[in-house]
Amino acid sequence: MSEQILNRESFLSSLAQKLGRSTPKTVEIPKWKHQPQWEVLKNTSQDELVTVFKKQCETIHTDVIETEKEQLADVIKERIEAYNGNSISTWNDKRFDQYGIFSKTEAMIHAWDPRMKDNVNVAEQADIGITFCDLALAESGTVVLFSNEEQGRSVSLLPTTYIALVPKSLIVPRMSQAARIIHHRNKAGEFPATCVNFISGPSNSADIEMNLVVGVHGPIKTTYIIISDL
Amino acid sequence: MPMRIGADPFKDRVEKGLNDAFMRNSVRSAQERLYGKRLDAAEELGSWEDWRNLGEEIRSHTLENLDYYLYELSEKMEENGGHVYFAKTAEDANHYIQEVVKRKNGKKIIKSKSMVTEEISMNEALESLGCEVIESDLGEYILQIDDHDPPSHIVVPALHKNKSQIRDVFKEKLGYLNTDKPEELTLFAREKLREEFLSADIGITGCNFAVAESGTITLVTNEGNARLATTLPQTQITVMGMERIVPTWEELDVMISLLSRSAVGQKLTTYVTALTGPKATLEGDGPEEFHLVIVDNGRSNMIGTKFQEALHCIRCAACINVCPVYRHVGGHGYGSIYPGPIGAVISPLLGGYEEYGELPFASTLCAACTDACPVKIPLHELLNKHRKKMIEGKGLTAEKIAMRGFQYGTTLPILYQVGTKLAPFLSLPFQTNGFLTKGPGPLKAWTTIRDMPAPNNERFRDWFQKRQKEDLGE
Repeated sequence: MSEQILNRESFLSSLAQKLGRSTPKTVEIPKWKHQPQWEVLKNTSQDELVTVFKKQCETIHTDVIETEKEQLADVIKERIEAYNGNSISTWNDKRFDQYGIFSKTEAMIHAWDPRMKDNVNVAEQADIGITFCDLALAESGTVVLFSNEEQGRSVSLLPTTYIALVPKSLIVPRMSQAARIIHHRNKAGEFPATCVNFISGPSNSADIEMNLVVGVHGPIKTTYIIISDL
Repeated sequence: MPMRIGADPFKDRVEKGLNDAFMRNSVRSAQERLYGKRLDAAEELGSWEDWRNLGEEIRSHTLENLDYYLYELSEKMEENGGHVYFAKTAEDANHYIQEVVKRKNGKKIIKSKSMVTEEISMNEALESLGCEVIESDLGEYILQIDDHDPPSHIVVPALHKNKSQIRDVFKEKLGYLNTDKPEELTLFAREKLREEFLSADIGITGCNFAVAESGTITLVTNEGNARLATTLPQTQITVMGMERIVPTWEELDVMISLLSRSAVGQKLTTYVTALTGPKATLEGDGPEEFHLVIVDNGRSNMIGTKFQEALHCIRCAACINVCPVYRHVGGHGYGSIYPGPIGAVISPLLGGYEEYGELPFASTLCAACTDACPVKIPLHELLNKHRKKMIEGKGLTAEKIAMRGFQYGTTLPILYQVGTKLAPFLSLPFQTNGFLTKGPGPLKAWTTIRDMPAPNNERFRDWFQKRQKEDLGE
C-alpha cells in the first residue's frame, strides 16, 4: 500500500470480520427492484422540458429568459444593465465570440485564464459571472457545470450575480440522466471534471427563524438564458 | 464540540426545554414547515413509497458490502491524486488532521457544516494547535460566535435562537450595527465570512455521500459555503463517517434526491458539489492537496448486529421533524449532537449506555419516525431493541423499564388515559399534521404545555402492553 492510503488493511479487515466473511473481490450491483427515477418526466419532449424547467425557476427565485442565438447579444446587454454590471467574469469559452455574445455590452469582460495569477481575485471583484452550462435538469431547474482549466469554479460562485447560458438541447429530465452520463463516462475512463457543480438558483438560507433569505455565500441573484436553437 | 452537549442530568435538560417557550414554539413551527414541505415534495414526486424502497435497497446493499466499496473509493481517490486516511477512533482522525495542518503550516481553517467533525471534537483538536477554526454555515457561525452554543437541530442548528438574540450576539461580538432583519443579519455574515474564505489556508468539509466508482465526494448545501471552502483554500480535508458512501453515480442520484426532499422539501438543494481529487495541474482554482479521512469511531460496532440499519441514515432529519418528544424538549434535551429519534438510536451506540442510556426511553414509540424515514430505518423498533438490551444487560425487570419509560417520555396523565377510548372519534377537528395542538376539555391544560400525538384507533396503553408481550416473547 502506498503512503497515499493509510491504515486501510486493518480497518477493512475488521469490517469484513464483523460482516462475517472476507472482503469480496468483486461486487455486482443488483438490479434494483424499484426504479421510480426513470418514470419522472418520461417520454417528455424537449419543448415540454423547457416548460418544466422554466416553471421550476419560479420556485428557486431565478429569472429565466428564452431566446435565440441571433438575439443573445441584446439579451445579455439588457441583463448586464439590469444587474448594474460593470465588470464581468466569464469562462474562456469560444462560444462567447462565436455568437458575438458580448458584442453589444460595454462592460469589462474578464475571461478565465489559468495562466494568470489573479483569476480568483478578478472573479471576486466582478459584478456578474457568466458561463454556459454543460447540462441542465428540467425537474429541479438546475444547471450542471464541469470545471476545467478554461472553466473556473469561481466564475459561477464569487460574483454578486450569476447568469447561466442554457442550450435547449442540453436539458434532460432530472439528475438521473446527468448521473447516468457521468457514470458511463467514468466507466469509459473519461471522468468529466475534478469538480461537478449542480446549481439550482441563487444561494439562500433559512437559518434565522426559518425565514428564507436569498443570497448568502454564493450569488445573490441568478438568471438563466435558454437558447432555443442551440 | 464533542458528541456530548451540556453537563446537566437528563431530567433537568428536559425540564429546561419544556420551560423554554420560544424554543418550543420555534421547534413546533419548524417541524410543521419542514414536515409540510417534505410531504409536498413527496406527493409531487408521486410513487414516494417506491423511492423509499429503492433508498432502503441501496443502503442495505451498500452496508452489506461496505468494506468492498470503501476499498474501491480509496483506490480511486489515490488514482485521482488524493490522500486517504482510515481512522478507527476520533483520536486517530484528529491526530491525522492535526499532522496535515501542521505540515501545511495552516493557521486559519474554514469549515462547512459537518456533524462528524463535531462528533470527534475536531475543532478543539485544531484550536489546541493555535489554529483559528471558522464555521461557515450561517447557523453554525451564529452558534460559534455565541461562545460555542451547541446546535439543536442537525439541519437548522440555531433553531433555538430568535433574531433579536442573533442581532445581540453579532452586536456584542462583531460590532454589528443594523437591525434584527434576517436579510441584514445574513448580508453582514456574508461579508464577514467572505473575508475569512479568501484568507483561509485550509478548508474542511464533511461529506454527504462519497461515490466509490469515481473516488468522488459530494456536498449538499443551499448557502454555497461548501463550494467556497473547496474552491479557495489550497488544502482540502474532507471528513466522512465511514457509512456515507454509494456504489456509483446512479445511486448518488437517488440518495441526493431523497435527502433534498426529506431534509428541506427541495427537489435538489441549491448546490450539489461533486469533487474528485485535487484540482488538475492547469486549473486556476480548487485545492492543490486533498485529504479524505474516513471515520469509524464506534460505527463498526453496529455492523453485523441488529442495529446495522441505523447506519443507513442519510442525516436528513425527517424523523426529528415528526417526533413529538423532540417537539417538546428540543434538541438540547437529548444531550447529544445527534438529537431526535435517530439520535436516540445512535448516540447510545456511539457513546455507550452509561452516557446515553436514557435516550431510548425518551420516546413514545409512536412510529412517526419510521414512517418518515426516506430509507425506511425501523427507528421505533431499534429504540425498543435498545430498551430490551438494557433490560437484559442490567437485570432490570420489564416493569421497572416500563416505569422508567413512562417517567421520561411516555407519561400520560390519568385524564388522558380515561379519555383515550373515545379520543379517535372526537379528536379529528383538533389535529394539525397528526398532532393535537388544542385539546378539548380536560386535555386543555395538558396541551398548553405540549401537543399530544393524535391517538390511534388502538389505545396507546393496549398497544404498549401488546408490544411488551411481543418483545418479551421474542
